[in-house]
Amino acid sequence: MSQYTLFDKVWDLHKVADLPGGSSQIFIGLHLIHEVTSPQAFGALKDKNLNVKFPSRTVATVDHIVPTDNQNRPFKDILAEQMIDTLEKNCADHKIRFFNIGSGSQGIVHVVAPELGLTQPGMTIACGDSHTSTHGAFGSIAFGIGTSQVRDVLASQTLAMNKLKVRKIFCENKLTDGVYAKDLVLHIINQLGVKAGVGYAYEFTGPAISELSMEERMTICNMSIEGGARCGYINPDETTFKYIKEKKCSPKNQNWHLSVNWWKSLVSEENAIYDDEIIIDAAKVEPTVTWGITPGQSVGINQKIPELNDLSKEDQFIAGEAYEYMGFNPGQEIKNTPIDVCFIGSCTNGRISDLRVASKIVKGNRVAPHIKAFVVPGSEKVAKEAINEGLDQIFKKAGFQWREPGCSMCLAMNPDKLKGNQISASSSNRNFKGRQGSPNGRTLLMSPAMVAAAAISGKVCDVRDFLKK
Amino acid sequence: MTGDFFAPQGKIKIIKGRCISLIGDDIDTDRIIPARFLKCVTFDSLGSAVFEDDRKDLKGKHPFDLRINKNSSILIVNSNFGCGSSREHAPQALLRWGIRAIIGESFAEIFYSNCVAIGIPCFTMDKISINTIQEKSEKGLIFDIDISEAEARATDCKFKLEIKSSSRNMFLSGEWDATSTLLQNIGLIEEKIKQLPYVKLNDDFSK
Repeated sequence: MSQYTLFDKVWDLHKVADLPGGSSQIFIGLHLIHEVTSPQAFGALKDKNLNVKFPSRTVATVDHIVPTDNQNRPFKDILAEQMIDTLEKNCADHKIRFFNIGSGSQGIVHVVAPELGLTQPGMTIACGDSHTSTHGAFGSIAFGIGTSQVRDVLASQTLAMNKLKVRKIFCENKLTDGVYAKDLVLHIINQLGVKAGVGYAYEFTGPAISELSMEERMTICNMSIEGGARCGYINPDETTFKYIKEKKCSPKNQNWHLSVNWWKSLVSEENAIYDDEIIIDAAKVEPTVTWGITPGQSVGINQKIPELNDLSKEDQFIAGEAYEYMGFNPGQEIKNTPIDVCFIGSCTNGRISDLRVASKIVKGNRVAPHIKAFVVPGSEKVAKEAINEGLDQIFKKAGFQWREPGCSMCLAMNPDKLKGNQISASSSNRNFKGRQGSPNGRTLLMSPAMVAAAAISGKVCDVRDFLKK
Repeated sequence: MTGDFFAPQGKIKIIKGRCISLIGDDIDTDRIIPARFLKCVTFDSLGSAVFEDDRKDLKGKHPFDLRINKNSSILIVNSNFGCGSSREHAPQALLRWGIRAIIGESFAEIFYSNCVAIGIPCFTMDKISINTIQEKSEKGLIFDIDISEAEARATDCKFKLEIKSSSRNMFLSGEWDATSTLLQNIGLIEEKIKQLPYVKLNDDFSK
């Protein structure tokens, strides 16, 4: 059993009671909601004749279903309109803060909460979305929940949970040029497997992690869930404090100093005990691309798609399914795979630093003729910042479409979808069968820089070749 | 699919039903219920859409379309079942199709807790036993699952199941429907919020 880790400290602080069945009742410091997984929870509250216990601890935005081309209301899609309308009503009825389209703060929930300063170290954070793990980048314990649990948080601000084990993932050395947080996390998931994290919280640490910006850290923690870990976190440090300072909802004045002192006390102790520890050499990570139907099925850009015999027996069944679905042959190179659609966005890689990196690759180039390429800023704030910096112009000039904020083609609950068996280069987080809106659509996950490079060359290529130019 | 839908309620001790085998590792919740079906404000219509794309692809040969599996209620799966998206729509779709218990090699974490929260017990077993049960299911296998004993009994065989003790206790006592249990500690909850440093130290949080 882990001891003296940040996870242990935050867990203990938030424990309300031991429940009769043997699980713990945990207080949730920040509850984020959106239109897809909350309506049934509000419905259940109504059925049970219950109220929202602490409305100020819940914050809402709309992201999954919003169209990214025309956001005028009512939405063309009647079901999408019904969902946003329901969320508006529920927030108004229960006095919940709602960052709606046009508020200046709407966007993907995991982009919005950090940029408002709502996400802070030492909090427990829950949201009806598996990528809630993103917020662990700040040293909070953040995890996805289902709709019945959303109901429980609304009603009681608590959840019944079993404590997770803690695995320390020490990332030694540093990432090399042209290799990004996305590559590192894809590499980690490939090394550990997509189910290794079940029952664990992942603590990412080491020099390669310390060096990352907050936005890069969010990319890492965001994908913890793709490795099976419901929660991933990074100990807070000066980079964290600097990011939070002066944000709209962050502590100010004397409270700021007291908060920073408290945050520092949460960091995992030197003598902390972990349930498991592993070491990853960040210097060996290459630009990484998925070739299959799970985020663990990835290779370095210069590697070949593995043969069945290269894989462990447990991984062979799903590899067989992946070859067939993707139409790839074992031993084939991933480099030069032709692409149809390029998507830059999502809660994994739709932040301003992602757009900056991608725009540098794009600048002065043209999107290959057969490619549909589009950029979807993660939030209204990201969009505004990008426009102020002229990034939208760089993308548009190169032939990218510039869209309004939302989840877009990460999960295609909106008009942005693959068609037929199109293949996408995508900065999102999941390459599951059918994930991007077409039942036989195919997804190659990679960093935003790699997506930008693929858009220009029309096929999967090594972004480092662009950086040399 | 069964006709009228009855949601699980109260204490869950015994689940009796026909087994339906679904082979494959890492079956994610996008496959169980594709995202386009999430455009809804109730779960009511999800049952018929379960595994929609996989079923279309297999043109009637998907386990959820085979006549022998009609009215089955115990799903037998392999490893990391329910990975990916946290959508409760996935277990809700299975529940509305008729699934009342799942036995597998392993489950993804959020899917597992969603199942507990809506009254679907999930049990684990080693790979070899799962494979044996999957083979038997294809010929027709009816189980009596005794949650208290963590045992699945058929006419000619029985299997030991594993279930987290906290989950087992919750099903047996009815506390899987957690809201009322959580609200019993309302006094402690109100005390807790007053103790949290980030609540005390942040006047701007609710701006």
